[in-house]
Amino acid sequence: MLTAASVPRLARGMRLREDKTRGRWVVMAPERMFIPDETALEVLRLVDGVRSLEAIAEILATRFAAPREEILADTLAMLDELAGKGVIAS
Amino acid sequence: MSPHEAPLALLAELTHRCPLRCPYCSNPTSLTRPGEELDTATWARVFREAAALGCLQVHLSGGEPTARRDIAEITRAASEAGLYTNLITAGVLLNEAKLGALAAAGLDHVQLSVQDAEPGSADRIGGYAGGHARKLRVARLVHAAGLPLTLNAVVHRQNLDRLPALIALALELGAGRLEVAHVQYYGWALRNRDALLPTRAQLEAATATVEAARRDLKGRLVIDYVVPDYHAKRPKACMGGWGRRFLAVSPSGKALPCHAAESLPGFAFPNVRETSLREAWEGSEAFNRFRGTGWMSAPCQGCERAELDWGGCRCQAFALTGDAAATDPACALSPRHGLLALAVEAAAGGGEDFIWREPQRAGG
Repeated sequence: MLTAASVPRLARGMRLREDKTRGRWVVMAPERMFIPDETALEVLRLVDGVRSLEAIAEILATRFAAPREEILADTLAMLDELAGKGVIAS
Repeated sequence: MSPHEAPLALLAELTHRCPLRCPYCSNPTSLTRPGEELDTATWARVFREAAALGCLQVHLSGGEPTARRDIAEITRAASEAGLYTNLITAGVLLNEAKLGALAAAGLDHVQLSVQDAEPGSADRIGGYAGGHARKLRVARLVHAAGLPLTLNAVVHRQNLDRLPALIALALELGAGRLEVAHVQYYGWALRNRDALLPTRAQLEAATATVEAARRDLKGRLVIDYVVPDYHAKRPKACMGGWGRRFLAVSPSGKALPCHAAESLPGFAFPNVRETSLREAWEGSEAFNRFRGTGWMSAPCQGCERAELDWGGCRCQAFALTGDAAATDPACALSPRHGLLALAVEAAAGGGEDFIWREPQRAGG
């Protein structure tokens, strides 16, 4: 389980890249891919293996002028789900 | 806007050479000779064309892709074309230096096959003495090189009972993903069907094992499970539909909607030596023949699942009914569905002996 202090990173073999043909971004994974929605993409772009989950939520809260606690809870839930799929490690 | 969807993945079958002789090999029973293989520069062009066409991923496969001396250059070309590169290997030709070269060339992922969890049985199935032990060493080297590892286990009657041990092996080797793939019965596997088809009881136990392991290992190991057609009621959406998501290029350069499609008669598959990948994908008769739903006859035509399973597998339809345009007999709605139960029955009395994969003798 991730916590606010966790430092998430893309798991081994995961690559976030643009899919120009289809006008979207994808996370390429071994024999599969994930298509993040707009919100997930905002989060994934901030996942760098250095920032903590809390720091990521802080940036997003500022960017979208949204309540910090709410953003943190949403970010945590989203990254936890991606961790369950093997996309995110910490 | 192109009238066709763009392909997502390219299977590059770099060679049919392989030190292993697995009796369920997905290569055609008529293997390409080394002298007919595409050269490095042609593969590099194919990768650029694939990326321009919309492919995101390339599977570098074979045969055994590392049997090619230029495998690192090929990998680099694929990576530079912008493709996610996945090496599908038996591993026995790899060592630390070669893995280092592949990682430096931009390799993204390694999929390593094992034939069983029990070394003696694994070596017998692969027809290669000492192979299993080498694979285990290579798996550790892959992990040490910082490359993500998928363990691929093709399962059948003669190894399915050791599925729990295969799952444990994947964990022990640090694999992030395990592919449990029931044998698909074309080509070599069809020849060996009586020695490979699992019983219904084995299948049910395996499915339960996979479901429990997925629950218990969530976040640690992803398990992909390819179910066997012979116990199915509905066919698989083979290749996600003919000419829809996927294309393969054979060692000699044939562009194929599926790696087994060469087994189908009456096709002139375009060759990348003469044709661009885009022309092959968009314009060739071979890619258009079974595209969409227009080619279907009853019971597929008008079926509400026609765009879910796309009529199943063309190669299986041909192998079992002699008609590549027929409904895949894996579908319970097929008038030939009974063939599968008959095959399961026949296999129950089958022995354990294999016909191992090997190049045909000249003229053979």
